Amino acid sequence: MTTYRKPVFNTWWLESKPYFFFVIREFTSLFVAGYCLFLLLFIAKAGDSQEAYATLILSLKSPTSMVFHLISFTFILYHAITWFNLTPKIMVFHLGEERIPNALIAGAVYLSWGVVSLIISWLILGS
Amino acid sequence: MSESFELEIFRYCPEQDTEPLFKSYEVPFREDWVVLDAINYIKDEIDGTLSYRWSCRMGVCGSCGMMINGEPKLTCSAFLKDYPSHKIRVEPLQGFPVERDLIFEMDDFMNKLTEVKPYLLRKEGEEKPLEEGEYLQSPAELAHYKQYTLCINCMLCYAACPIYALDSNFVGPAAIALAQRYNLDSRDQGRNQRQEVIASHEGIWECTFVGECSVVCPKDVDPAAAIQRAKVSSTLDWFKEMIMQLSKTK
Amino acid sequence: MSKSNEPVLWLLFSAGGMISAMVFPILLIITGVILPFELAGEVTFERIHNAVKNPVVKLVLFFVIALPFFHWAHRFRFTLIDIGLKPISFLVSLLCYGGAITGTIVAAFILWKI
Repeated sequence: MTTYRKPVFNTWWLESKPYFFFVIREFTSLFVAGYCLFLLLFIAKAGDSQEAYATLILSLKSPTSMVFHLISFTFILYHAITWFNLTPKIMVFHLGEERIPNALIAGAVYLSWGVVSLIISWLILGS
Repeated sequence: MSESFELEIFRYCPEQDTEPLFKSYEVPFREDWVVLDAINYIKDEIDGTLSYRWSCRMGVCGSCGMMINGEPKLTCSAFLKDYPSHKIRVEPLQGFPVERDLIFEMDDFMNKLTEVKPYLLRKEGEEKPLEEGEYLQSPAELAHYKQYTLCINCMLCYAACPIYALDSNFVGPAAIALAQRYNLDSRDQGRNQRQEVIASHEGIWECTFVGECSVVCPKDVDPAAAIQRAKVSSTLDWFKEMIMQLSKTK
Repeated sequence: MSKSNEPVLWLLFSAGGMISAMVFPILLIITGVILPFELAGEVTFERIHNAVKNPVVKLVLFFVIALPFFHWAHRFRFTLIDIGLKPISFLVSLLCYGGAITGTIVAAFILWKI
């Protein structure tokens, strides 16, 4: 019997909104890696001389740095939000018969995010 | 007021055509009609050669899944009035070979359902004889897996999954959710036996958590969550096995 | 039983994903805006310099950088395969995880040297 198989093209992810945003979500990982490289640069300069560090800080005011940071921030923020929103799906807890609501788990994760961000700011920038 | 509604329907007659084609049909528009009503009208009044599956017409049998404007839906649950343009495109469920018109081959899915051993498995020697009565289970224990029992095998999740469309070796959402239904059942002891299929490369590890399977599921089974939870438990298993192996070689 | 290495790779991916989600946004704000435009007053070179030279900080920074590298590797590998590179999936895996391992070694080297 000759069955028909609809061909699937490599552009499948352009055919629907959910698929498109899924691939965008996956591509955020590129910007994660990109920022890792930047962090290594920052650490290298920070561990070097005052001149090296000062030159780096100066270059952070450049349009290139600002564009890099803006784009990276947008994608990494999208990564963070989608990640935190999916956490309740993986962390399922029951109290007796009742399942702990997704909103509670997500809330806890977002709260942790806020606390961690504040702690990091305080550690790096001082009080 | 005689409004009409147009359905552009995928037709494929393997005896006559080598390629599929689309045929347009016009049906009367009724406020309370679902797409299945329209398709039944076409079969009864316009074109008796149209082939398709349906049964309960109330969203519990899982037979009438089709793509409506590119979205997998149960035609018995998709109302005509929800398409204000009064025109839809109806195609067979994505990801499966098409036999004829809107009928697809579901052998692959049926095989996968059997592969995950969807029945209670007990360890050697721990089978309770009938005389000792039933396996008891509390409401709390039931709550752990109840959601995964709701699957009606409609395969909308497979149609929504881009991974399955790219690779039909992928075990898929419904089969894995079904495995989890038994893995999380307190009466079951067969998790290890299912891992051969579930924790394989074609099992949970091929899933990239697109999540569309759970979005289209008409019964809120949430197979995406079932798969991710299986990833967590399989990872824990992997480390437990590592530790056991290391302590054995000492 | 699953003898594939996927569980380990997935764990690295998850850890890296959680770390980058929790920590990178605030770091981006700090390196992108706060430090260059001195929005938090004066943050002296000595403060940052001594911080990154601290062994405990170095250990933390190592994980904060290495794990997200593996998050990228795992995620990007699957994305490339799904976009059409399945025929060369072994090469894709090699490049992705190879890249992450390289990044990890570079991170270790830099942290060791400063």
